[in-house]
Amino acid sequence: MNKSIKELHDSLKKGEVTSEDLIKEALEKSHDINAKYNAFVTIIDDAKPTSLTDNLLSGIPFGIKDNYSTKDILTTGSSNALKDYVPFFNATAVQKLLDAGAVPVNKTVLDEFGMGGTGTTGHTGIVKNPWDPKRMTAGSSAGSACAVALGVYPYALGSDTGDSIRKPAAYCGIVGYKPTYGMISRYGLFPFASSLDHCGVLTRNVLDAAIVVDTMKGIDKNDMTSWDSKDINLYKSINGEVKGKKLCYIKELCDLNNYENPTEELKSHLNNFMDKLEIFKKLGIEIDCVSIPKNLLDALPSVYVAISCAEATSNLSNLTGIIFGPRGNGKNVTEMMMDHRTKGFSPLIKRRLVIGSYILQKEQQERYFKNAQRVRRLLVDAWKKLYEKYDAVILPVGSGPAKHLDGSKDILTKDTAPLEEHLQIGNFGGFPSITIPDGFVNNLPVGLNITGNCYDDANILNIAYALENAMEYKNQIAKEVR
Amino acid sequence: MGKYKAVIGLEMHCELKSNSKVFSSAKNSYNETPNDNISAVDMAFPGTLPVVNKKCVKDALKMSIALNCTQPEYMYFDRKNYYYPDLPKGYQITQMASPVGVNGHITIECNGEKIPVNIHDIHLEEDAASLDHYYDTSCIDYNRAGVPLLELVTEPCLHSALEAVAFLEHMRSVYKYCDVSEADTKKGQIRCDVNISIMDYDATELGTRVEVKNINSFGNVYDAINYEIKRQSELKDQGRYEEIEQETRRFDEESGTTIRMRSKADAIDYKYFVDPNLPKFKISPEWLEEIKKEIPLLALERKEKYMNELNLSDYDAGVIIKEREYAEYFESCLNIGIDAKIACNWLTTQILGEINKLEINIKDFYLTPSLLKQIIDEINKGTISSKQAKEIFYKSLEEKKEPKTYINSDMAQISDNDELETIINKILEESQTQVEQYKNGKDNLFDYFVGQVMKNTRGKANPVITKEILNKKLNN
Repeated sequence: MNKSIKELHDSLKKGEVTSEDLIKEALEKSHDINAKYNAFVTIIDDAKPTSLTDNLLSGIPFGIKDNYSTKDILTTGSSNALKDYVPFFNATAVQKLLDAGAVPVNKTVLDEFGMGGTGTTGHTGIVKNPWDPKRMTAGSSAGSACAVALGVYPYALGSDTGDSIRKPAAYCGIVGYKPTYGMISRYGLFPFASSLDHCGVLTRNVLDAAIVVDTMKGIDKNDMTSWDSKDINLYKSINGEVKGKKLCYIKELCDLNNYENPTEELKSHLNNFMDKLEIFKKLGIEIDCVSIPKNLLDALPSVYVAISCAEATSNLSNLTGIIFGPRGNGKNVTEMMMDHRTKGFSPLIKRRLVIGSYILQKEQQERYFKNAQRVRRLLVDAWKKLYEKYDAVILPVGSGPAKHLDGSKDILTKDTAPLEEHLQIGNFGGFPSITIPDGFVNNLPVGLNITGNCYDDANILNIAYALENAMEYKNQIAKEVR
Repeated sequence: MGKYKAVIGLEMHCELKSNSKVFSSAKNSYNETPNDNISAVDMAFPGTLPVVNKKCVKDALKMSIALNCTQPEYMYFDRKNYYYPDLPKGYQITQMASPVGVNGHITIECNGEKIPVNIHDIHLEEDAASLDHYYDTSCIDYNRAGVPLLELVTEPCLHSALEAVAFLEHMRSVYKYCDVSEADTKKGQIRCDVNISIMDYDATELGTRVEVKNINSFGNVYDAINYEIKRQSELKDQGRYEEIEQETRRFDEESGTTIRMRSKADAIDYKYFVDPNLPKFKISPEWLEEIKKEIPLLALERKEKYMNELNLSDYDAGVIIKEREYAEYFESCLNIGIDAKIACNWLTTQILGEINKLEINIKDFYLTPSLLKQIIDEINKGTISSKQAKEIFYKSLEEKKEPKTYINSDMAQISDNDELETIINKILEESQTQVEQYKNGKDNLFDYFVGQVMKNTRGKANPVITKEILNKKLNN
């Protein structure tokens, strides 16, 4: 299970191992690590082997974030509001994997309904970082990142509204990829903020990410925002040739001089990033430093909060306990709905829903919601302008390695906020965006991110593949360092 | 005319005809079995997404064009957010910012007068589920959740209950002529909200507006408006006009009164915003042109045509245009060469009589215009009498056989002058007494002689010629 998808496929083909063996191993590992790291809501003990086909995913186990609807399998969104909910249909992306013969073995913990970047707000408890259990995995695809990093299987599904795939990937030392908006159907994915929600995958190498998304993607008659990508084959288009490619990084985020009192971790993280850029240049890639107005970058976190909370307020309005979810108590239907929602949501979600509701009020909409949408457009335009000249923007992920659990608070800090939050631009623009590990700080993994223009997924993955090969963190398995 | 000028605006919700619902693949059809026409989307199971029904968009655009509205360049939808047990998603998908039509205008007819009506907007949205309340429990039927609805909002430009109902009747006819809705109030397919205020005739400012919500029949619209005008006028008469509040009321059918629901101050903030799940799409001028071509000549236009070009009476033309199918039957008759007046007579008497008796659609009526023509042609040729024509009409309907099978030589009218004269001479000879009486002034005996001729010829004598000969013989 420490192997890549291609290696596992070849082993299955040669008869060195069976689908049954792989499932057994994945299930055993799931039980082992769940006790320690709390990565799963459900372990699918009765997972059945599938026959080997030409599809590279056939017979191989994988994990599903617990906000993807899975037919006849508990799907909670890591929330008490849906703690007993068993869907009667599969999310389109899940169905496509099942059709390819892939075998789901567990449902992974997330921050409740994908809202939160810590991995600490799921209704089953905190997910711990496999490199250091006193630290966070980040979120919201916390369980998926943890399990892939520990080698339970080669890949797990994630979803990404702000950085929910790409940040935990960095904190856990693995690859996290969200393709262009609409490349993978969202049908069956529990919504957080519809205009920002993306499906995607966490793997241990870039090729695996390409293989999985090749299977998950495609136009879906059930999702009007999905588009036809049948002419795109990510796996086959990766060749590692990057000579002459152009990347840029942003001065306002990467220059240490911009930070008043940089921590040691931030210093090492940024220095490591700059060192790696030198290595990439040797591959024949041109890398420029560009400037983006500081005030635009500073606005990023607020724009995200405004838009995501507003959309979430509306998206989560179906959770009333009337049709599904535990029925609330009360003298009338309003009281019943209130009781369901009071008991169902954690304080963090409630806070976000209240913010969202406030922002959407007639009196506030123009000032907060509409202005946030305008700044979103400005940011996306700024990035689109970069793509006129560059293949992609390359940036460090976060301000260092995983944060400590005891310092965990969902509150934004001013100084490093844009560095922590810049991945959200990938969601604002629907850009293809991939995080790969780029080294260690304090013996803990850190990552970098490459974000390109819409529909340019193949190019982005190819660059990521070349960079990954230029470093030594590909396929790494997490081990506790302290 | 009342003491005060009433100002009335209408919001008319009409369910559209379609195979599937407006945002889901569940069936859109009237269904007595609760929760039968439903899908995961209609019940807002987590992760489900709306997919807009192109036919509904097309029909909405069709109505927008028919009402002379301006269509937007881009089509998109908004979410109207509120919690209610009949609204599974917690929001209704509707059109707030960019409705399918704005600034329209039409002309309606009320008591023979032509009245212009301005349309504020028309928009496409989804219906909510329906609730049945019992003593201590309520049941939800999701069949209606997601059914396509067109909401039409007029400017406050109507001034009486009669005008309001005339407008609604007119719109029902437009919906049916355009074939976008059955527009059946009995199936709850049309529901209205009415805004009513009163003012002095010489006043320039509108009075305080009261909204009566969710009225489900035209009769109730009429009663609600008249009740509100009376209620508001009485308060104004008593110098208590300031007691009228901008508020929402409902109509109570049993008492025929309106009852206060909530004040405008308690109005819900629906927090409208664009639904990100339904991407904006461009409405091409070519598509609009295509849709425009599908709009038939509407009822009032046809009525004018029938009156001006075909010289039909206001009443007759009014009967024919009542349903698009009647008008189409009538026009098919004209197209195959039947005289307008004759076609009109057959349609408005025999045919509509039969259709109402049989409770069928005229499209399913056995005697199509071309079969009807077989009968009319024979009358014109003079081979059958109009009495015979009617007999053939009913016989043909009853036995479902073409009229011509009943037209044979035996049935042919006797139109031969000599033959008839011989018969008449014989009858007059045998009725000397009656001839005497007639000549002495008993005029009504003329019909007796006609009757005798008919009896003798078993009704085949051409009545016109018979009368002519009798007239010649008896009155000279």
